[in-house]
Amino acid sequence: MTYFIDRRLNPKGKSLANRQRFLRRARQQIRDAVQKSLKDSAVADIGKERKIKVSTQGTREPRFRLDPKAAGERDFVLPGNKEFLPGDEIKKPQGGSGGSGKQASDTGEGEDDFEFVMNEDEVLDIFFEDLELPNLVRTTLKETQNKQWKRAGITTSGSPSQINLVRTMRNAQGRRLALRRPSLREVEAMEADLAALEREPQTEEMRAKISALKEKLAYAIARRKWVGFIDPVDVRFNSYTEQPVPTSQAVMFCLMDVSGSMGEREKDLAKRFYMLLHLFLRRRYKKVDIVFIRHTHDAQEVDEQEFFYSRQSGGTIVSTALDKMLEIQRERYTTSDWNIYAAQASDGYTQSGDARRCVEMLNEDVMPLCQYYAYIEILDEREMEVFASEDSGAELWRAYRTVAAEWSNFATKRISKPADIFPVFRELFKKAEA
Amino acid sequence: MTGLLFTEAEWDFATLDRTYKAIEEIALNDLKLDVYPNQVEIISSEQMLDAYSSLGMPLMYHHWSFGKLFAREDTMYRAGYSALAYEIVINSSPCISYLLEENTMTMQALVMAHAAFGHNHFFKNNYLFRQWTNAEGILDYLAFAKHYISACEERYGRDEVELVLDAAHALMDQGVFRYRRPPKPSRERVLEKRRRRAAYEEEAYNDLWRTLPAGIEPPAAPPTLVDEDEFDGEIKLPEENLLYFIEKNSPTLRGWQREILRIVRNMAQYFYPQRQTKVMNEGCATFVHHTIMNILYDRGLISEGSLLEFLHSHTSVVFQPEFDDRRFGGLNPYALGFAMMSDIRRIAEAPTAEDRDWFPDFAGSGDWVGALKDAWANYRDESFIEQFLSPKLIRDFRLFSLYDKADEGAYRVSAIHDEQGYRKVRSLLARQYDPGIADPNIQVVDADLKGDRTLFLEHKMYRGIPLQHATKDQVVAHIERLWGHDVVLEEVAD
Repeated sequence: MTYFIDRRLNPKGKSLANRQRFLRRARQQIRDAVQKSLKDSAVADIGKERKIKVSTQGTREPRFRLDPKAAGERDFVLPGNKEFLPGDEIKKPQGGSGGSGKQASDTGEGEDDFEFVMNEDEVLDIFFEDLELPNLVRTTLKETQNKQWKRAGITTSGSPSQINLVRTMRNAQGRRLALRRPSLREVEAMEADLAALEREPQTEEMRAKISALKEKLAYAIARRKWVGFIDPVDVRFNSYTEQPVPTSQAVMFCLMDVSGSMGEREKDLAKRFYMLLHLFLRRRYKKVDIVFIRHTHDAQEVDEQEFFYSRQSGGTIVSTALDKMLEIQRERYTTSDWNIYAAQASDGYTQSGDARRCVEMLNEDVMPLCQYYAYIEILDEREMEVFASEDSGAELWRAYRTVAAEWSNFATKRISKPADIFPVFRELFKKAEA
Repeated sequence: MTGLLFTEAEWDFATLDRTYKAIEEIALNDLKLDVYPNQVEIISSEQMLDAYSSLGMPLMYHHWSFGKLFAREDTMYRAGYSALAYEIVINSSPCISYLLEENTMTMQALVMAHAAFGHNHFFKNNYLFRQWTNAEGILDYLAFAKHYISACEERYGRDEVELVLDAAHALMDQGVFRYRRPPKPSRERVLEKRRRRAAYEEEAYNDLWRTLPAGIEPPAAPPTLVDEDEFDGEIKLPEENLLYFIEKNSPTLRGWQREILRIVRNMAQYFYPQRQTKVMNEGCATFVHHTIMNILYDRGLISEGSLLEFLHSHTSVVFQPEFDDRRFGGLNPYALGFAMMSDIRRIAEAPTAEDRDWFPDFAGSGDWVGALKDAWANYRDESFIEQFLSPKLIRDFRLFSLYDKADEGAYRVSAIHDEQGYRKVRSLLARQYDPGIADPNIQVVDADLKGDRTLFLEHKMYRGIPLQHATKDQVVAHIERLWGHDVVLEEVAD
């Protein structure tokens, strides 16, 4: 009559379909919340599982509810009376404190924002709805430099170390059955019978029996020889082929001017830009290294804290940063193993004459190595208006425009406030129109 | 070895089985319970969360609101704000109880007594469940609903289906028949419907064979189960079941949309008895597990350690914080229900003079099993409290009632636990459990079907309490979506 059923082994994620529907439904709110939560995290922490606080707007489930605070009268019963007598009056609590005095929220359900955990993929999906990394197709040459052995089925020839025992034994058994190879046990049984018969008194009848059995035994032994236990036709080998694998690691060079002209605001904008780039790379590559290079009139590799928060005085020579980047790349990040991305942020000023040197370096040394090079110029809003046209700008901007014309994987953009970043970013990495 | 059923905290299926049999013996012979066949399922914590978010049902159609619920519960659980329920039980035959795998053996015993016998008996015997729910058919119906709705999603798009479901969910509280049964369809109509449903099932079945190379066809359209032309111009007014009215009379809904409304309406009706019997249902189950566990101990079947573990969890379940406690969140149905059930037993066995006055019918009769079984079968929370809440319990809980008028700055204490107050407190508390009063009373009063098709709704305000403004407009917008034309909701004094 009673059944115990163990359901624990049932497939998991039964409510996954509901979750997807919920995420889809609350997309707008979730997107806002995700962006807000990204603001305070470190560049590399961006794609981690995170708690998201979502407003219930858009996922409200309104029902008709009564509102006894607005009008009318009611009675209610509570437990735990200590001192009240009939006729006593209790002041209604004002404002939010106290059990029933809670203000009706404008959702009407007293339903507050609620928090839930989104895993990495879900966070990132929100970001990358319709974006795609640029130039993902590496040149054929670069791509085939890394190879990996992959399984490629079963073959009939190979080296002994690659024998697939299971297949081999299975084939052998099938063949033995098909060709009726007498088993060892059968042979031994016959030999035992024979021995037993030979011990009996030797009558005529016995002798006939013995010779028949001997004949049978000889046949069985011979047959065991013809039909081998394992025959070369049974043997199978695992086969492997060499396959090219795309490089699965990337390095991201963050270059930034930290001279006096770059203030907190500029650095904050730059940081957000790096974060987003890092996110993209994380989506695509198994391992992403970040190298922070700051420069004034000379360049240094520093850690993230120093990169964003320390100041340095000095002039501005952009090419030193490019030098530093090339030096680090040669030392640690060979192009055969690494995809190289670079993002440079600057306010657009450099020592006069340096811009030309930058262009040379970019064209000759840097761009051939890079998958992608993004240059963002951070302006204040007044400047933004002045340089409304793409062609006008400071020296560095004009110089970089010539590089951009030559290399499709070189991008330049100008931004002036946080709201500019995401649109710019979308534009930089928009799906190749296929 | 002693006669203990188990000595370890760990459980296994053999122990579960042995313990179940011992509990069953007590439940059927000592308590004379009458239950559906049981099916006990062991699930993991993740599956428990899954079950939460689909209203505790083993099968449910897909909707984002369940995903939202899951996300919320999951976060609460992971952060340690809330523990999982030890069990979930489903009003079906066989009666399915979910047991959490993490429970200790003592807890499994408690939970089996609570769910598989306490709730189970209540489901099978209470008049509301008997009248309004079909325990044999619910799982099949859910399977049908789930399949039907996903077929609609495939055919008409998720967004379209979501619109209908959102709107229908908003009307769930107004989607039940409170007092009367839906009009019986004529016999021909029933046969016709059965035929169509069978045809639908056949088609759904054929789907399985699509994997065969021959005869690959696109997925079959969900057939219309509700007549498109069901509207016959004849409406019966007023109508309290908004979902029913719209399903039958909306000038714009298509057949599949009507069927979805019907599914949601059936779900609402299925859960309606549970809403009306929260105190009794939990009280019955808690009383049953308490009694059974104690008998198990008295008969030497569980150890003292188990008894203490059980009591520890039992007392936290029936804990009632007082109104000025930070933890207070209303009356705990477990606490009130369990106290009332135990009180009935006390009154039957060892009544005081006061009890004899108040409950002449069964005070001192000694037949507490009979008194309880009668209560469980024939009352709902509201009538149960009105009938059985004793002065002693009012004193124990120190209940008092407050009168609240919206435009006054203070509540007035209208009755406390004294001779003059008992009856008043009791009736006011009973009324608090009447969903007919707690839910707004909204009815369809007119529909201008010949003219501009405006739908007129009326909220009969009970004691002048209006609807919450913000949600009112949102729900009306949902109704307009279903009705297809203007909807006017008027609030009138009762």
